[in-house]
Amino acid sequence: MDGGDDYMNSIITDDRLTELSNDEIARYSRHLLLPDIGVEGQKRLKAAKVLLVGTGGLGAPLALYLAAAGVGTLGIVDFDVVEASNLQRQIIHSTRDIDRPKVASARDKIKGLNPNVNVVVYDTTLTSANALDIIRDYDIVADGTDNYQTRYLVNDACVLLGKPNVYGSVFQFEGQASVFYAGAGPCYRCLYPAPPPPGLVPSCSEGGVMGVLPGIVGTIQAAEVIKLIVGGADSLIGRLLLFDAWGMKFRELKLEHDSNCPICGDNPTIHELIDYEQFCGLKKTHEEKKFDTITALELKARLDAGEPIQLIDTREPHERAIVKFPNAVAIPIGQAARRIDELDPNIDAVFICKIGQRSVFAMRALDEAGYTGRMLNLQDGVNAWARDVDKSLPTY
Amino acid sequence: MAVTLLVPTALRTFTDGKKELEIAATTVGEAVTALADTYPDIKKHLYEDSGELRSFINIFVGETNIKSTGGLGTAVRDGDTVMLVPAIAGGALTVNN
Repeated sequence: MDGGDDYMNSIITDDRLTELSNDEIARYSRHLLLPDIGVEGQKRLKAAKVLLVGTGGLGAPLALYLAAAGVGTLGIVDFDVVEASNLQRQIIHSTRDIDRPKVASARDKIKGLNPNVNVVVYDTTLTSANALDIIRDYDIVADGTDNYQTRYLVNDACVLLGKPNVYGSVFQFEGQASVFYAGAGPCYRCLYPAPPPPGLVPSCSEGGVMGVLPGIVGTIQAAEVIKLIVGGADSLIGRLLLFDAWGMKFRELKLEHDSNCPICGDNPTIHELIDYEQFCGLKKTHEEKKFDTITALELKARLDAGEPIQLIDTREPHERAIVKFPNAVAIPIGQAARRIDELDPNIDAVFICKIGQRSVFAMRALDEAGYTGRMLNLQDGVNAWARDVDKSLPTY
Repeated sequence: MAVTLLVPTALRTFTDGKKELEIAATTVGEAVTALADTYPDIKKHLYEDSGELRSFINIFVGETNIKSTGGLGTAVRDGDTVMLVPAIAGGALTVNN
């Protein structure tokens, strides 16, 4: 197999198949009526073990559709608890689940939908220490994670164990889907050898995401999982599907196996799981400059005392429309360096964003551009100001 | 010789929100350089300090990755679509300071 034009055989071997009960035949009749799935395909689904990494925006439709389809065992990994801001897209969780572990909420929904499914819960973070042991038991991994370090971890573990990795990711209105399966096609590292430096690409918690987008991409992943199990279909191996929800456009790109890939290439240099935080640049290096912080209450006290302070709001215009920061000058991160002359280096400048993380990039840009004044980062951003100083303001 | 250069959402902060640009170019490198000249803020997000394209960005001409056709030297023809495809990850925060 060398690309997406070939049809995959089922990854479930015949010796694992068991008979369907009359109840199962009734439940899955619309699958049984499809010649390409039929009784044999449904038996393969029943025998299959699929691991879902993440029960968020992508994991929600994955879990629900794979449960409905009759996948025999679903493993779900998530360390997180349900928050109100999840419910705009993570449809496996309900309002009453707020503050519950996501895996508990997901297990209840899966069991309610299809009690035949064996749900295995991992209320933990997937790490280099546990990934191989967890993934080893499964036939397929569906990657519904939300960060680069776990994506590289899932990829590497799947390559080392020879498992297909059904991939999806979303940002704002754009989604990507593919099937990475070393040996049959490229892996994630063949496409992206290294992640972006931290902060270069904003996350969904800062950049936003259209709620239905992970629903669509996660459903595409579910379709790919089912096809790998049933066999005989043209999978997304060797193809990257791009989806633009705002323009409602799909594009398909060819992916090639990279013979220089450090994990699945001809001369691999990665033979075991590594430290993915370090790989993704999330561990601070000693030469990286740290900036001082100021809490919302400290800032309030200094402003009340009449101290001159420059307030710099680094958020984008649409975010400032959600909640304004009083008396701040708006300088989005992308403009910081070229607007250096608008700042007075003799007066302390406090940098503001949603939660005090992106603002650092504006500070770093100004530092690199030669700004000499004192810069302070507002800890936890405008959300802290709303929480600690002006409780009439919303958090978002 | 004009090509259409498609800018992904993640990089539109640096192109005043522009989604696509018509650019006169004979190679992919010329098209990307023209983009960076028009919007200088995008430069450090596209290139390493060494001048190489950053490895979390792939460029496709039509449906083919330029990695397999000669990189930035890949020739483009009138009407080609040149697409920047960065890695996207999803929801979690990846920034620490």
